[in-house]
Amino acid sequence: MHRDKDRYLSIILISPSILAVLIFVYGFIAWSVRVSLSQWKGLNPDYTWAGLTNYINLFSDPRFLVDVRNTLIFTGVFVIGCILLGFILAVMLDQGLRGEGFFRSLFLFPMAISYIVTGVVWRWLMNPAEGDRLSGFNLLFSYLHLDFLINKWHTTETWGIAAIALAAIWQMSGYTMAIYLAGLRSIPDELREAARIDGASEFQIYRHIILPLLSPVTLSALIILGHMSLKVFDLIIAVAGKQLPLDVPAIYMWQTTFDGLFYGRGAAIGILLLVSVAILIIPYIRYTLRTEAQQ
Amino acid sequence: MSKSKLYSLMTVLMIAMLVLSACGGGAKKVEVFSWWTGGGEAAGLEAMIKVFNEKNPNIEFINAAVAGGAGTNARAVLATRLQAGDPPDSWQGHAGQELIGTYVAGNQIQPLNDLYESEGWLSVMPKTLIPLISQGGNIYSVPVNIHRANVLWYNPAVLSANGVDVPTTMDEWFAAMDTLQAAGVTPLALGEQWTKMHLMETVLLGTLGPDKYNGLWDGSTDWGSAEVTTALENFQKALTYTNSDSASLSWQDASQLVVNGDAAFNVMGDWAEGYFRELGKSPMADYGWAPVPGSVGVFQFLSDSFVLAVGAPDEDGAMAWLKVAGSKEGQEAFNPVKGSICARTDCDKNLFGEYLQSAMDDWSSNTVVGSLTHGVVANDSWKSEIDTALGLFIQNNDLATFQSALVAACASSGPCK
Repeated sequence: MHRDKDRYLSIILISPSILAVLIFVYGFIAWSVRVSLSQWKGLNPDYTWAGLTNYINLFSDPRFLVDVRNTLIFTGVFVIGCILLGFILAVMLDQGLRGEGFFRSLFLFPMAISYIVTGVVWRWLMNPAEGDRLSGFNLLFSYLHLDFLINKWHTTETWGIAAIALAAIWQMSGYTMAIYLAGLRSIPDELREAARIDGASEFQIYRHIILPLLSPVTLSALIILGHMSLKVFDLIIAVAGKQLPLDVPAIYMWQTTFDGLFYGRGAAIGILLLVSVAILIIPYIRYTLRTEAQQ
Repeated sequence: MSKSKLYSLMTVLMIAMLVLSACGGGAKKVEVFSWWTGGGEAAGLEAMIKVFNEKNPNIEFINAAVAGGAGTNARAVLATRLQAGDPPDSWQGHAGQELIGTYVAGNQIQPLNDLYESEGWLSVMPKTLIPLISQGGNIYSVPVNIHRANVLWYNPAVLSANGVDVPTTMDEWFAAMDTLQAAGVTPLALGEQWTKMHLMETVLLGTLGPDKYNGLWDGSTDWGSAEVTTALENFQKALTYTNSDSASLSWQDASQLVVNGDAAFNVMGDWAEGYFRELGKSPMADYGWAPVPGSVGVFQFLSDSFVLAVGAPDEDGAMAWLKVAGSKEGQEAFNPVKGSICARTDCDKNLFGEYLQSAMDDWSSNTVVGSLTHGVVANDSWKSEIDTALGLFIQNNDLATFQSALVAACASSGPCK
């Protein structure tokens, strides 16, 4: 009896947020799907059925193909960079050095900054000007007589987006470090000691004991970083504005919808973004729920 | 996600504001929506509001300006309000197809022919202007200011040091830039993608001439024709004279290269002149100007203008505002502060600086054509398709693909069939 009362109360208490999520998240997803299947172009809604035309056109749209290529390059560089750098930083901090707390905050700090700020600063640092107008990193390289390092950064052909990923790595590798550090701390010292007694070198310990035990951490990092990079928008806008060589699906969606009034096409890009993030996230959520249930 | 949240929040706040102001009793009021929130634009708007308040002491003026570069944010907010059936009485928009293609097609703004006739504006504005801000014989907005797009800015010292005269034709221009390039000077300063579209439209105009150029936008000039190919080849050639870091420069950065002596030429609208003055540079000494080669005697314009909403909550208030916006007094209050010229040809020249005076002379005597980048000649959808084609062209430098994409853009979003 008492139990039932609790249950009703909890349902009543939770219902406003469930309702809000249903309307404002799932309702609008459904509406976007509907728009993406329509011919809507212009300011006034037009729900004339267009089937999958918007989607099919996107896959032969040279701009969207540039976007896909850019997203793949960005994701690859960003995720691998963050994981490598985050892991190395975590291992270094895990050696029990003095002032660990200070360094931990130092590396984590960039995460507290908004992408817009990071973007503006890196825009100055990655200034590609030549000759007398050298500045930022390129000027530094020139002072250090490392002229061969001077490059065009984000204005490099095809690979320019990788320069943007550098700024994102700077911002997010501290966060990756924190996840890895937590993972490292949860590995019992006994395991390392046992391995040492068996005559394993430090490298072998990392290779055969630490890394396998950290694989769930790596998976989490991969998924968190991966879905962030699929949705990247503000960082690119802050570094380069709306320019096609650094275009990604999110920017195309914004421009084509609000500047070009192609609502149908914009919704289709949005749905494709949602699907690509879902492909990454849903298996992970299921896996987490299942392991939690087992525990 | 957070952006869209911000917009819904702003919309809610605005609606709340409207509801609150609606509680204030039966007093007349007019809500005017714009993206003039900073610098000379905001100061100019304030000056014009002052004129409005003097003339209409019984109408309350509500300044519903939304910040954000070139109105991108404001236009998204406006779109949300219009879709929710909550229009402001009047709003700002680039005169021409940007307004007509979007809002006339959506039946959201009213024709203003009667106002033009009763206020006598048809006789004080250039004859070639009126068709560019009309559709089917209806005039849809009141231009407040005029900017010129086809201006070639140059550094007089750099030109004379290299023995180069100010060019008036495309061939002269290319010859001059060859000389400058050989001397190790950057011939043409260029910035981010939209400034490339700006350069492209002026080169199209300079190569095709005003009639053929106008034909591009009404469907009478074929985008696939050989003359358009020639114009695009000229554009492609012009790009070879530019600085290598253009993608990372704003228009200000690019214009500044000229006044600093790092580059010889820059094609930019005449708002650059206001920027040069801010930098403390003086006309004819630090910078000179001429029409873009091939477009002498042609004034490629863009203009901020105001419209009358269909279903305006207070139509009388909106009309009173539009009368001020089109009046000599209102335009003389706004333009010297904003650094533009009046849409009217009868403003007092003494209020303006040296460059603007020369622009006023040209405005009243030249053939007027419209700008693509700044919303006069093409609707938003068409312009955004051209922008995408241009962006791809800058990446791959494939002229044939570029031209066929332009043909396709005109067919899908323009008047071409």
